[in-house]
Amino acid sequence: MTAPSLASVALEPAGLHRRAGVIVAADLVDAASTLLSQGMRLALVSAHDDGDRLRVVYLFTSGPPDTRVELHLFVDPVRPTVPSLSGASFPGGRFERELQDLFGIIPVGHPQPRRLVLHQHWPEGWHPMRRGSGNSPAMVPDAGAYPFVPVEGTGVYEIPVGPVHAGLIEPGHFRFWVVGETILRMKARLWFVHKGVERLFEGREPQAGLELAERISGDTAVGHALAYCQAVEDAWRLEVPQEALVLRGILLELERLYNHVADIGALCNDVGFGIANAWALSLREHLLQMNARVTGHRLLRGGVVPGGARVDSLPSDAELAQVGEQFEELINLATSSALVMERFIGTAVLDEAHARDLGVVGIAGRASGLAFDARDAHPSMSMPSWFSPAVREHGDVKARFEVRVAETEISLSLLRDFIQRAGSLEAVSAPPPGPHGQSVSGVGIAEAWRGAALHRVEIDDQGRLSRVKIVDPSFHNWPALPVSLADTIVPDFPLANKSFNLSYAGNDL
Amino acid sequence: MSTGWSITSMSAISLLQVVLVIVGGPLLLGFMRKVRCRMEGRVGPPVHQPLLDLRKMAGRERTRPEHASWVFPLAPVVLVATTLVVAAVAPLLATDPAFGWSADLFAVVFLLLLGSVSLALGALDTGTAFGGMGASRAMTIGALAEPALLVAILALSVPAHSSNLPTIIIRSLAHPAWLATPERVLALVAFVIVIVAESGRLPVDNPSTHLELTMIHEAMMLEYAGPDLALVKLAESMRLVVLFTLLADLFVPWGIATSPGPWHLAVALASTAGKLVVLGAALAVFEVTVAKLRLFRVPELLAGAFVLATLAVLSTLVVP
Repeated sequence: MTAPSLASVALEPAGLHRRAGVIVAADLVDAASTLLSQGMRLALVSAHDDGDRLRVVYLFTSGPPDTRVELHLFVDPVRPTVPSLSGASFPGGRFERELQDLFGIIPVGHPQPRRLVLHQHWPEGWHPMRRGSGNSPAMVPDAGAYPFVPVEGTGVYEIPVGPVHAGLIEPGHFRFWVVGETILRMKARLWFVHKGVERLFEGREPQAGLELAERISGDTAVGHALAYCQAVEDAWRLEVPQEALVLRGILLELERLYNHVADIGALCNDVGFGIANAWALSLREHLLQMNARVTGHRLLRGGVVPGGARVDSLPSDAELAQVGEQFEELINLATSSALVMERFIGTAVLDEAHARDLGVVGIAGRASGLAFDARDAHPSMSMPSWFSPAVREHGDVKARFEVRVAETEISLSLLRDFIQRAGSLEAVSAPPPGPHGQSVSGVGIAEAWRGAALHRVEIDDQGRLSRVKIVDPSFHNWPALPVSLADTIVPDFPLANKSFNLSYAGNDL
Repeated sequence: MSTGWSITSMSAISLLQVVLVIVGGPLLLGFMRKVRCRMEGRVGPPVHQPLLDLRKMAGRERTRPEHASWVFPLAPVVLVATTLVVAAVAPLLATDPAFGWSADLFAVVFLLLLGSVSLALGALDTGTAFGGMGASRAMTIGALAEPALLVAILALSVPAHSSNLPTIIIRSLAHPAWLATPERVLALVAFVIVIVAESGRLPVDNPSTHLELTMIHEAMMLEYAGPDLALVKLAESMRLVVLFTLLADLFVPWGIATSPGPWHLAVALASTAGKLVVLGAALAVFEVTVAKLRLFRVPELLAGAFVLATLAVLSTLVVP
């Protein structure tokens, strides 16, 4: 693929990997459509309140080869509007609704300009990311009832579920319209856990942002920490030592390992095959104890740091071999049950066209035939030549199960490879001695276990974080869940949901 | 009926059967849970945990949904009462409990069905989506399972020329050769499938799930709490014991007391306990090895049970 070029924008190199340019509103839709038609995806949209003006940054990415293009649009703070990209990009439309909620920037021409991020109990006209918006105001009665689209007809009835569930899971409200047991429509109402994480970053030293990044989604501590650190290093123009890159690769795969094992067990549990879950949980515990020996924390916090990585020890080949054996036994147990496989096959199919249009990433995307994997598209270290993303075509629960199985096996091989290449257990480049004297920005992309996590940071002339924008893979993937439910029956929904296993906390920052 | 049974001893037998079912039910569930946990490599709660749970629930505050009518609190009572009647009159330990003449196979099946229907009505009464969903699923399954159960027992009653359960058992004991015929085996398979479906076990229903949308039996009890829940849970375990014991007595009747006397009853009690342990362990092991069927496959399974039961009846007619 040739480097993307735009007639309307002069793209200048920015950071270590990006090219950026300022665009005017009139050219935005054309430019975005051109970039999208060249195979790029709209990976991140971030607004900034610079005081005297608002600024919106559109980040387009593609790879391999790793290509990142940023369009910067300046917006009048008094009557803030942007032309909507929703016609060209579905994720664009969702990012714009986020802008509207958090910054009060109106997307002109958006077909569904209603709230996305802010729950209806927040008052109208309050935009928490604008300067001077102050602390969170008192909640109000459901401001403008949630616009559920009613489904009517003979025998149609509604099943509301959540946000409080019978199991210990995150809060989400699901509303089903069904005839008999067949789902006609499902609407997921999320956004019950807005914490203002992006605001919490502001004003911190970049090193002090790490602890927040690790807690965005508890099961993705390494994924988010890595994306965050890459973004900070990109802003600092800091080269990370090779040894640290290898350690980071190890930590990222260790995180993938324990999460995939837990998911495989949970999928079996949801079809009543409890013994596989018992085995998977025991293997997961074994992995968590291994993690604790590696970084001192069971969820691998503290391993990735700005400028490098540090660990206490690395797993031995014998330990990995034992994990591999136990994993193989687990998969043999699960796949030898015809009843389990029968439940997985053909359930909750997300076809490739829908997955592509919705911008689905990670496991769910690869299970529907999209080969995008940030380790392949945006590598931060040299991957072994044999590495290629695990891709399946069918897009059903079985495909998502198989992608997890294949990725776990790949992770084990990658771990063996990386541990051989590993040098010292600590390698950290010193951060720049003082502030740059000017505002700088950086972008980090990491293939977290669910999919690509993106961070874009801006550091002000005092060397403090002025803005951190986070995109968790769940933000892209949540809209795919209702789409996959066509022709699915109600009692199969928990299985479908688990096969995506999206984060509520990471989605709702 | 055989002679030598006094009203006192018949009442004593009924009382003993009721005690067996009330105490044995929770213990059986606890035992099955234990077997399952051990097979999965876990320690599991103690066998008597369900009894402790019942005591805990019974001591709790009575909480009922605001909009529920009198049907809601009545349903658990009817459920327990119908099961107790079956426990008292059915030939579980001896062939002659009080009112044993009334233990007609149709009466027993309809008493059990009455309990199921009352629970479904109680679930519907709350007006919640889950109650309605669970009731609809349970009635779909019940409507398919009950006929299969009736026909399966019918296959046993044809050679005995009676639909009275004690008579069937007494005549089976007199003609052990009947027990190894093809129709017996067919009826046995149908009977087992129905028990699994009726008692909400895998692969039809998953009693240990927390996923509301997949529930059948559990969805109907979501709104019950405290003493009401204790009754529903107790009835659930009692029905399992009743069905297991009937299965054992109809197909492997040896051990059941056919004449009065403490010695006979002691043997009957021991043999019934032994049969329950074997059946409970077998079902628990089976449950570990299977996954839950997709809901729309359950009718196929139950239709299979019905076909087997029908074949059993036909073969009794063709092969006298």
